[in-house]
Amino acid sequence: MTPLFAIGAAPLEVDRIAATLAGAASDSADSDGAVVTFLGLVRNHNMGRRVHYLEYEAYEPLALKAFERIGREAAARWPDARLALHHRVGRLEIGEASIAIVVRSPHRGNAYAACRYAIERVKQIAPVWKREFFDGGDVWVEGATANPDDEGARAEAERLACA
Amino acid sequence: MRVTVRLFARLRDITGAAELARDTAPGATIGEIWRDLAREFPELTGYERSISTAVNADYARMDTRVAEGDEIAFLPPVSGG
Repeated sequence: MTPLFAIGAAPLEVDRIAATLAGAASDSADSDGAVVTFLGLVRNHNMGRRVHYLEYEAYEPLALKAFERIGREAAARWPDARLALHHRVGRLEIGEASIAIVVRSPHRGNAYAACRYAIERVKQIAPVWKREFFDGGDVWVEGATANPDDEGARAEAERLACA
Repeated sequence: MRVTVRLFARLRDITGAAELARDTAPGATIGEIWRDLAREFPELTGYERSISTAVNADYARMDTRVAEGDEIAFLPPVSGG
């Protein structure tokens, strides 16, 4: 059985991830009318550099807890949306998917919003790092200081989700 | 008292180790462990204001006190997704 939240080296299988959400709603609830899928892909250019490939590293047990937290936050904000999130680690080539987020909901609006919220929160609080290998060198990309209790950051993710 | 320190990404490159065993005084805070480490590896000093920290795979604060056998993680700014 594919878990709702996962991190590991295996390639992402969107159909299997989506299948974990199928039929999970109770009979009394509205049936789902929307599935929104987000795949984050490795790009061949970043900050004016030609990228050859990326290496992802994670503090995996904490990353998993961060994904579960993001799932709980999304469920609190969009109660009818259900979310699955898988992230890859290790070497990823250009065009490969590093993250897959799938959201099912009775209506598309909440599915889109919860999906956008989840990727913004991953970038804020998931202990995952990418190392970029480009022409002439490599660099660890450093974004946000992870602080799950920073309500300002969480509110910004929600604002982007609802924009 | 002995704790394990986990280091990730650029912090791991600076120290040359993904994991270090460190002896520390009972009741030491994570901040004290970090400052000892930064004395040992001065390049870490620049990360003082931007790191996050965790104890036993739960986010923690620099003033969190650690216990024998704890796993302390220092996390540079994240870049997942």
